[in-house]
This record gives sequence, C-alpha cells and structure tokens, in this order.
Amino acid sequence: MEIPYTTQIRPDTGLTNPKLGIWLFLASEVMLFGSLFSAYALLRMGAETWPDQSAVLSVPLAALNTLILIASSVTMVMAWASLKDGSLPKYRRYMGLTILGGALFLVVKSFEYSEKFSHGLFPSTDIFLALYFTLTGLHAIHVIAGMVVNAYLLGPGTRLWAHHREQFTNRIEVAGLYWHFVDVVWIFLFPVLYLL
Amino acid sequence: MLRRYIFSTDHKVIGLQYGFTSLFFLLVGFVLVLIIRWQLASPGEPIPFVGGLLGEQNAPGGILLPEFYNQLGAMHGTIMVFLAIVPLAFGAFGNYLVPLQIGAPDMTFPRLNMVSYQLYFIGGVIMLASFFVPGGAANNGWTSYPPLSDLAPQGQTWWLAGMLFLIFSSLLGAVNFITTIIQLRAPGLTWFRLPFFVWAQLITAFLLLLAFPALQAAAILQGMDRIAGTSFFLPSGLVVSGRPLEVSGGGNALLWQHLFWFLGHPEVYVLILPALGIIAEVITNNTRKPLWGYRLMVYSLFVLGFLSFIVWAHHMFLTGMGTVISAFFQATTMIISIPSVVILSSLILTLYGGSIRINTPMLFALAFLPMFGIGGLTGLPLGLATTDIPLHDTNYVVAHFHYLVAPGTIFAMFAGIYYWFPKATGRMMNETLGRIHFVGSLVCMNLIFMPMFIQGLAGVNRRLWDAGQLYTHAADTIYLNVPMAYAAFGLAFFQLFFVVNLFMSIRGGAVASANPWEATTIEWATPTPPKAHGNFDRPPRAVRDPYEYSVPGEAVDFSPQSPGAPDDRLGT
Repeated sequence: MEIPYTTQIRPDTGLTNPKLGIWLFLASEVMLFGSLFSAYALLRMGAETWPDQSAVLSVPLAALNTLILIASSVTMVMAWASLKDGSLPKYRRYMGLTILGGALFLVVKSFEYSEKFSHGLFPSTDIFLALYFTLTGLHAIHVIAGMVVNAYLLGPGTRLWAHHREQFTNRIEVAGLYWHFVDVVWIFLFPVLYLL
Repeated sequence: MLRRYIFSTDHKVIGLQYGFTSLFFLLVGFVLVLIIRWQLASPGEPIPFVGGLLGEQNAPGGILLPEFYNQLGAMHGTIMVFLAIVPLAFGAFGNYLVPLQIGAPDMTFPRLNMVSYQLYFIGGVIMLASFFVPGGAANNGWTSYPPLSDLAPQGQTWWLAGMLFLIFSSLLGAVNFITTIIQLRAPGLTWFRLPFFVWAQLITAFLLLLAFPALQAAAILQGMDRIAGTSFFLPSGLVVSGRPLEVSGGGNALLWQHLFWFLGHPEVYVLILPALGIIAEVITNNTRKPLWGYRLMVYSLFVLGFLSFIVWAHHMFLTGMGTVISAFFQATTMIISIPSVVILSSLILTLYGGSIRINTPMLFALAFLPMFGIGGLTGLPLGLATTDIPLHDTNYVVAHFHYLVAPGTIFAMFAGIYYWFPKATGRMMNETLGRIHFVGSLVCMNLIFMPMFIQGLAGVNRRLWDAGQLYTHAADTIYLNVPMAYAAFGLAFFQLFFVVNLFMSIRGGAVASANPWEATTIEWATPTPPKAHGNFDRPPRAVRDPYEYSVPGEAVDFSPQSPGAPDDRLGT
C-alpha cells in the first residue's frame, strides 16, 4: 500500500502531505503560545505594580541568544539548500552548525537561569518571574525537541538520502519550518519579557 | 499478532482500538454516575454491594464521603467528555470511516495515527490511576476551577498530566484528519461531493487543532502553580481555612476560566458535529432521498465552527466580568443557534415525503432529532445573561447538556455502531435486541433527565452531596431523585442488550453483503471487511453527488458513488 502525495505535490491543492501537516501543527503551536501571551497580557493589565524587567533580566545575554538563534535558522536553510544542490557533506556541515546553535542557546539560557536562582529569584518569587520561567522554559523544551529531530536527521535519518533524495530533502524542509517557528517564538518572547 | 492488533498502523484497526477503549471508558463513566445517582436518591445511607468495595477512606461503612462524591462528579465529567465521547466520535468513527468515505488507502500519517491512540491510552490510564493516589482523584469538577484546584490534593496534578497526554493525542489526530481529507480524496471526489460526515469530521478536527492548545496552556500554568509554587491563578491576599496563603499572589482565577472555556466551548461542538454527521448519513440512507439542503448544511458547519470560538464567556456570566462583555457573548451565543437550527431543520426536512425504512440505526437517528432539539432549545435561557442568573449551576444546566450529549450524541454513536457494524465485521447486529435497547434507552434517558429540569427550575444546585437536603427550596423536588435512580439503573439494564448484541454478532450475526443498506457512499464499495492496509480492491473514483438515492429513471433506488463497487448493479 502506497499513500499518495508523500513526496509528490497533489495538483489541485499544490501541497505534499508533510508540508500541510507541519503547517497545521504550527497553527496549533501558535494557539498554544498565543494563549500564554494572552495570559501574560491579562495578568500584567491586572497587576498593581510591575517590576522593572531589565533590572532582573540580562538584556545583553538575551540579545546574544537572539543572534545565535537567528544564525541557526540561517544555517538550517543552508542545510536544506545544500541538499537541493545534491551535496550531502555540505548538508552535514550546516545541520551540525544548526544543532550547535541550539546547544549554544541553551547554554546561555542555563547561565541566565542559574544566575536568577543564585540571587534567590524563583518562579514562586513573583508573577513576572513566574511568567518568565514558564514561557522561556516552554520555549526551551521546544528548542530541545527541535534539536532531537535535527540530530536524528543528521545521524540515522540520512540513510534515506541514498534512495529517496526528494523525500529526505522534504523532511529537512519540514524540520526547518518547525525550527524557524521556534526562532519566531523567541523573537516575540525577547521584547515582551526583556524590553517592554 | 502484536503488529496486527496492538501496534497496527492500519486506520481500521486503530479505529476499532479507539472504539473499544472509549466504550470501556463510557462504561466506567456510567458506573461512576450510577454511584452518584444512588447517593442522591438516598444521601447518607450505605450503598449496598459496591459500598464496601470503595475503600474505607472513600466510603467508611459503605456511606459515601462528600470528598469522594466530588471525585466521582469530577471524574464522571472528565472521563465522559475526554475519554469516552470525543475518542468514540472522532477517534473511532473518524478513523474508521473517513479514509473509507473519501476512497483513501489509509490516513496520511499512519504511524502518527498509532502514536495518537497510544497517547490517548496512556492519558486514560493516568486518569484511572489517579483514583488510587493519596487524597484520591481530582475533585474540582471537570472544569477544575482554581483557586480550589490549585490547592487540591495531588490527584489534580495527575489530572493535569493525563490531560496533557489527551491533548497531544487529539492534536496529532486533528493534523492527521485534516491532511487526510484535503490530500487523499479519491479522483473525482470534489469538495461538494464529500459525504456530510466527512465535512463534520473536518470541522471537528479544526476545532480540536485550534481550541485544545488553550487548555494545554492552562494546564501548564496550573501545573506550575501546583509544582513550582507560582500563583498564576492565585490572587493576592487569599485566605484559606482562616490563614493567609503563603504565595506571591498577583494571579487571576478568571484567567483559568477564560482559557478553559476557550477550549470548552468548541469542545461542545466537537461532541456534537460528528454526531450530526452520523445522523445525516443514517437518515439520508433510510429515507432513500438525497440530504435536504446539503450545501446549506455544509455552510452551517463552517459558521458553527467559526462562531464556536467566540461564545466561550457565556459560561462565565456570573463571574462579574461586566455587562458589556456579557452582552457581546450573549449576542454571539444567540447567533450560533441559527446554524444549529439550520442543520437540525434540514435533517427533519429530509424526512419529508420519504418512504422511510425503519431499522435500529434509523430509530436512534429519529430519536436523536427531538432529543437534540430539547437539549438545544433549553440552552437558549442559559445563553441569555438575565435568565442565566437564576439557572446557573443548577440541575437545569445538567439536564440541558445531558440532553445534547446523552440521548443526543450517544444515541448518534449507537446509530453509527448499528449502521457500520456490518462493514467492519461482515455481520449484521440483531434487530430485535437492537430495538429493545433503543426503546429502553429512550424511555430511561428521558426519565433521568426530564426531572432535572424541574429540579433546576426550582433552584436546586448541582454538585450537592446531599442532593439539597439542607435547602428548603429543594424540599419540593428532592423526591424526584428516587425515580431518577430507578431510571438510571433501568438504563444500565437496557445497555446489557447492546453489549450482548455487540459481542454476539461479531461471530454469530447474520452474514451481511458488502452493501447491506444499499447505500451510495464510497465506504460501501470496499470488500467486507475492508482489506487490511489499502481498503479497496480497485482504486475508487467519484462520479456524482454523495447521496444519489431514488434517481428518476434508474433501475434501483440508489446510485453508488464509485463505479466498480461490488454491489453496483447499474454497471456504469
């Protein structure tokens, strides 16, 4: 049994199955983070006082993290483009860099977290820190999930390349869409938590 | 064996797994409510037989404790909504039928489909296991309103964990359903040739996809409150048992209600739309006429789906959120009743002038129409802020949504099981047992839920352990709990006919042809039962509208969608 349109585009919809699937999944992710951002707005509007965020959080570190994540999104696109050019070694290099970017992001994040903890700042300290830890924590889980997928596609997943080049290339594209989404979420989190 | 029945990626096997698991949970939820009804009929008296089995911490000497009663209520709602009805209507019927009805070999992502069932199963196990943790299962009602739920025993944390599994399961399911319907339609099966059931499942999948994340967010926040000590839902200055609570505060209990009902109201339509889809299939088949107003019904589904996202706060009229917001949500609530009425009216108009075949699925479908009508119309006073004030949180509300879900959706599920059973097994279910099951269920359902309207109008609150003995305004109607308890046990008795019929007919039923109901839609063009992995002998092709019954000039009164079907006597 062969399921149609896994790699070929269905003419009347102009889509392959995985591409439609990932967009739908991302739609639900938008609703998840949208709900949390709404919660943030509601809680902040109802608050009597709101802490000066830059006094608690480190804007330079977060700015660095933003750069790292954007760079890893770029290398993700390069990885996909390398496959389009038919070069697996180039793909491996760029995919490795993408995963490295995710890892660097998490390292910086863990420095931020541990500094908060060492100053006695916990999720239970106040409502702002509760939001900060919950939102960035959930985002970090998304980063880790993306890294797991990417690591699979860098390691055992490449076996697909030998016989099903197009399908493998499509997988990288789909994984890339998710990775960009994780990036975009951070680009919203950064100003909302650190700057506003 | 394992690959075939446990870890199968075949949508039909997964559909049946969903079906049997959700029927099991339907039974569990029903048993919980039987204990509730016994308690309400004789509050404070020992429960015979099962009372001793409930454990000393729940029912010392067989007498139910209020704390345990709260667990029963919360878990009855949770199990029925999230573990029984939705998986049955969406997971079971959708999985089994959608690929068949659109002429697809399987779902687009078969392995994801398997994972989605497994996540649902794990979520269900967690929910059941929570009864045995210290402090028992969640006891804050199925809505888990904070601050109470933030401070409840650890069963609530289990509830949240189980819910995260269920949410993830239905998200994966929804993605799979939508891609399948958009991408895998057979050649010639254009959008307006889709059976109404497929449309209903498509809109349902969108509701699940976009509404459930709100509860996911809410569950994460509540989990943080309970585990990490945050206070998203705990306002400043909260005093519990005479002592100020030692939390940072600054939270908002209404935030939970907004997030919960942002899921909760689309969820209502998740419960109803697949049922409407099944009823439409059964009615058009047995009236031997095309569905009246097919396009109108499809457009109504779209309007329903869209509007269901902007009515949620009609559950919150009494929270003091303000008259302006109430007015808005009251207006959208009145508007959403229009497409519902359009669909129900179309189904009734389909009957008009038909030469109706009466059989068990059709009986359930015919009973669905007035039952669903009662449930819907009694919802109007609840949707208007003024009349909601006295009715809110009374038994009237309980009666209203049970009319929609119990003799409504569950009847549709029964209609669907009797109707598609021959396709799945190759055998018919027993007609006599089916009719006894139908009549008994219809009578008992009404005897249970009609008196609740009376109690509710008298002002009797729901969720009362003692059924309202302490309130003078409840004194006049409290006796109704006794006949309601008898009716509940009667309902249980008549379900035995269904259970016996179901299991007996799998091997012993009369052999059915590939298309026993002489239906037109594509699922009947498969061999019976459909081929494992692939479904069809020959690739199906759609050549006409979905419900071409009684076409003038044709030799028989049904013109199947797919040529080359086993029973296609027209030979087109």
